[in-house]
Amino acid sequence: MTPPVLECRELRKAFGDLVAVNGIGFSVAPGETYGLLGPNGAGKTTTISMIAGLLERDAGEVLLEGAPLTTSSVGAKSSIGYVPQDLAIYPDLTGRENLRFFGRLYAMTGDALTRRMDEVLRIVGLADRADDPTKEYSGGMKRRLNIGIGLLHRPRLLILDEPTVGVDPQSRNAILESVDRLSAAGMAVLYTTHYMEEAERLCDRVGIVDLGEMKAEGTRRELVGMVGERDEVLLALAGDVEAAAAACRALPSVHDVSTKDEHVELVVDEARRTLPAILEAVAGAGAAVRSVEVTEPDLEAVFLHLTGKALRD
Amino acid sequence: MRAALLIAAKDLRQRLRDRSAIMVAFVVPLGLAFVFDLTLGGISTQGTSFRYGVVDEDRSQISAVFVTEVLPAVQEGGAIRVRTVTSEAAGRRMVADGELTAMFVVPVGFGSAVEGSDAARIRVIGDVDEPTGTQVARSIASRFAADLNAVRVAVATVADPHETDPAELEGIVERAAALESPVEVADVTATTKELDMTTYYAAGMAVFFLFFTVQFGVASLLDERKDGTLSRLLAAPIGRGAILGGKLLTSFVIGTLSMATLIVATSLLLGADWGAPVGVALLVISGVLAAVGIMSIVATLAKTSEQAGNWQSIIAVVLGMLGGVFFPISQAPGILPTLSLVTPQAWFLRGLSDLAGDTGWTVVLPAVLAMLVIAAVTAAIASVRLDRMTRL
Repeated sequence: MTPPVLECRELRKAFGDLVAVNGIGFSVAPGETYGLLGPNGAGKTTTISMIAGLLERDAGEVLLEGAPLTTSSVGAKSSIGYVPQDLAIYPDLTGRENLRFFGRLYAMTGDALTRRMDEVLRIVGLADRADDPTKEYSGGMKRRLNIGIGLLHRPRLLILDEPTVGVDPQSRNAILESVDRLSAAGMAVLYTTHYMEEAERLCDRVGIVDLGEMKAEGTRRELVGMVGERDEVLLALAGDVEAAAAACRALPSVHDVSTKDEHVELVVDEARRTLPAILEAVAGAGAAVRSVEVTEPDLEAVFLHLTGKALRD
Repeated sequence: MRAALLIAAKDLRQRLRDRSAIMVAFVVPLGLAFVFDLTLGGISTQGTSFRYGVVDEDRSQISAVFVTEVLPAVQEGGAIRVRTVTSEAAGRRMVADGELTAMFVVPVGFGSAVEGSDAARIRVIGDVDEPTGTQVARSIASRFAADLNAVRVAVATVADPHETDPAELEGIVERAAALESPVEVADVTATTKELDMTTYYAAGMAVFFLFFTVQFGVASLLDERKDGTLSRLLAAPIGRGAILGGKLLTSFVIGTLSMATLIVATSLLLGADWGAPVGVALLVISGVLAAVGIMSIVATLAKTSEQAGNWQSIIAVVLGMLGGVFFPISQAPGILPTLSLVTPQAWFLRGLSDLAGDTGWTVVLPAVLAMLVIAAVTAAIASVRLDRMTRL
């Protein structure tokens, strides 16, 4: 088994009487995108601030490629690319100057730095605006540069703290695609968000955080299964609807069948896997399928189940 | 060290693109020095332009001494210009018209009054708009009167003018008049250790605005925090010391650059005479260090860069006034001159004044030492709080 790039255990941080993080622990493997999903104020930023070595922790341990990491671990920080939630760029410097400054802080120099800067500018789609002051950038462009700085030095672990907050849909899509590509290239990514859709789209595994605690962790499927939620399939049929319903009821992965007018509604395990058998059964019963609608339980439902509140409450 | 240099270089690049920083560091102090020099600089040279007239109505041997010996001797010193006028009335008109600063009138009977026991007076008629020049004229007349009085007293103590042989009496008078005063008050400080007004205001404005200029360094830590870039710096593989070092270095470099530019500019454009370069350099370096130390403390007490800027401005103005950047504090009454010694500004100006005495650059060492002590004490206090500024 590949050793994790990041492993953190029992992290704890309190600000006075407020316990912001209480016993959070997880690991991220190379090439894996791990999401911390939770509402604002859940403790996500505090957690990654401790992981990135920005914030002293009260208790717990952070291991980066097996080595302990603290706020004073200067060398180990080279392996981390940190993209803070706030736009951490200098507005009176150009995009290229921002990249060059941070690249040099990570001991990058000369042609290697210049080449990498050009590469990153292409990745984040800012090559044509690289020499403009960033104060002239749109919000989305600033966000993309913010991410570009984080991945400039080819970190083993990229930490993104809500990178799409306040971003237009087009830029958001570009950011998510970038993260997908980085993960596919083998980079370990730790991604915090309060957008359920992003966690579902990007993350191989998700940790659900609320009130400073890890409520549940796993793949989307594991989380959904954990709370007993199942998929729903709605079929619009022509022909003998009742016969089709009876045929579906006979399938082992179908748990509940109901009919209404020309529709059959099914509750099933893993709709994507079961659907071919369902369609075959319907056809066998002499009915024709006019449309299929699949509703899978999402992380929003899981969050609601685990915490009793919606993600955006 | 490399990281500190990178941060300082980045900060300097940002400052150079900030027009307000350029204004505060270079343009405003130079402009104000120019304005002060234009409006107040003439005071220092006013002595050379005092224009006096003299009317000798007495035409005695003694009055001739005043007109042909005393006044020409003072004129040779370059402080005054003297011309003879035909009458008191003509002289009064010239004073009223501003042609003369003041005029001396040696009235009829002056000589005989001196030789006798009557009171002898030289009248001074001055222009009401030129009190300083009039006062100088009075001083010249008083000094002459005091000399005459000294001779009269000397003679009176050894001989009775009515019973002594005139030849013998004349000999006594000549010997008394030839005696040098046993006590001469020489204003060494004023004549050899005083900056001319142009240099004074150039230096005053330079050191006054230095305290605004060095604000940009440490206070920018608050901007980094506000803008979120501090967290990115803390996430980078550099120590907290490098961040602090970079900020302090920025303040030092901007302060030194500002001072150096103003020294060169005021020398070339205003004719300021700063003194021996080595001494000036030592004063500038120690002055910048002291300013950085003081402003760092102020910055550490603030929560935002705006708050820091406001507090630093107040401190800069108070210390500037107390340190004598607008007027020579040494002439102020009470404990103010002593109190001013807690400010780097006062020591900086004092060091420059000492340097004006042209006795070598080492004369600045006490002032340099005083500013370095201020820098060390304030830096020690600031360092305790600065570390907290680099923690989230």
